[in-house]
Amino acid sequence: MAAEYKTIAKDGLWENNGVFAMLLGLCPAMAMTGTATNALGMGLATAAVMAASSMLVGLFRNQITQEVRIPVFILVIASMVTLVDLFMNAWMHELYKVLGMFIPLIVSNCLPLARLESFAGKNSALPSLADGLFMGIGFTIALTIIGAVREIIGSGTLFADASLLFGPAFKVMEMRLLPEDTGILMMILPPGGFLTLGLLVVGKRILDVRAGKEIQMGGAHSAA
Amino acid sequence: MKQGTFIHAVILGLFCLGFGVVLAFSDHITVDDIAARAMEDRLNSLGQVLPDSIHDNNLVADATTMKNARGHEITVYRATKEGKVTGLAYEIIGVGYAGQMKFMLGIDAEGKILGVRVLAHKETAGLGDKMEVKKSDWILRFDGLSLGNPPVEKWKVKKDGGQFDQYTGATITPRGIIKAIREGLEFFAANKTQMMDMTAPKAQTKEGH
Repeated sequence: MAAEYKTIAKDGLWENNGVFAMLLGLCPAMAMTGTATNALGMGLATAAVMAASSMLVGLFRNQITQEVRIPVFILVIASMVTLVDLFMNAWMHELYKVLGMFIPLIVSNCLPLARLESFAGKNSALPSLADGLFMGIGFTIALTIIGAVREIIGSGTLFADASLLFGPAFKVMEMRLLPEDTGILMMILPPGGFLTLGLLVVGKRILDVRAGKEIQMGGAHSAA
Repeated sequence: MKQGTFIHAVILGLFCLGFGVVLAFSDHITVDDIAARAMEDRLNSLGQVLPDSIHDNNLVADATTMKNARGHEITVYRATKEGKVTGLAYEIIGVGYAGQMKFMLGIDAEGKILGVRVLAHKETAGLGDKMEVKKSDWILRFDGLSLGNPPVEKWKVKKDGGQFDQYTGATITPRGIIKAIREGLEFFAANKTQMMDMTAPKAQTKEGH
């Protein structure tokens, strides 16, 4: 039992990482990684949606027939996104003001759908919850790394405005690593996102080869 | 119709119904809080361009709508003290490097700027976004100025022969902002009587974004 969850965690965080291995969810991974703070916020919101929708699909997997599973999955994801949007707007308004416009974008992320299709639809609620959660955390880590690289090279800062997003206590996270106006603008524009992602994917594969692992080609269905 | 198809339709229908109920319920319990937050946001941003000290009315309740120079309907928020109009705030629109930028312009009854704040923009982060008060105090330089001070031909960035500094690394954004403010002031000069007329019909208070 414990071994199963260990595999799920390892899969989500590294082996089958949504961004670096499966190359899924690239829309937010490109659009939301101009700063590490935005990337982290987007990742966390996505992780919450993924955990909730995976658990629900795991719970109802025997009622969802093959023929209608895709519309039902999309319905589940869209509902979870709407709930996160409503609750955040009402009760976490400061956070919502920063993240709000990105939350509806989670629906367009194919990573949650891919996990419902390849994992939650075939497993019971708890392992599905774990899978959604760890895939979401893996996604968060990947986005934050891309965001950090782009932000450091592009603007010379790290976690700028983190206190606006998470509260004044996170002021300590905000760092300036390079003097002002020395950043390379291209890194915070879209090309920088593609370059960073490409290099990080290469980096992960080199590490995997060093460790003597077989390289898995990207794709949602290579998993589990 | 085959029996199988019918079952699938029922299953999908039930899921839709179930989630529909959940969403309707969530909407019901959050709708008041969300409306309250939106009103707070609106009053907060208005408070930055129309200081509390100059009015004793509810800015949102006393708003009116009128058509701007481009023919779009805009909301004009009016500050009154003891029944006299002491200030106005309305949305102005400029064109920046990456498209439209929206600002809230606050002026007193003589047309002197009380404050300008950005509402929405898509300028490049780290370069064009220095009009945000939390990033730079650049936009505060307009406080206290009016259409004659400086003269109209000086309402430009220095590069174009005007008197305002562009900010490091960006000229197009400040150029668009200054033009928007100048047009906003000209709009007031041309429509002063109508804007100050408190008997004009009040705007429907609706929640916009």
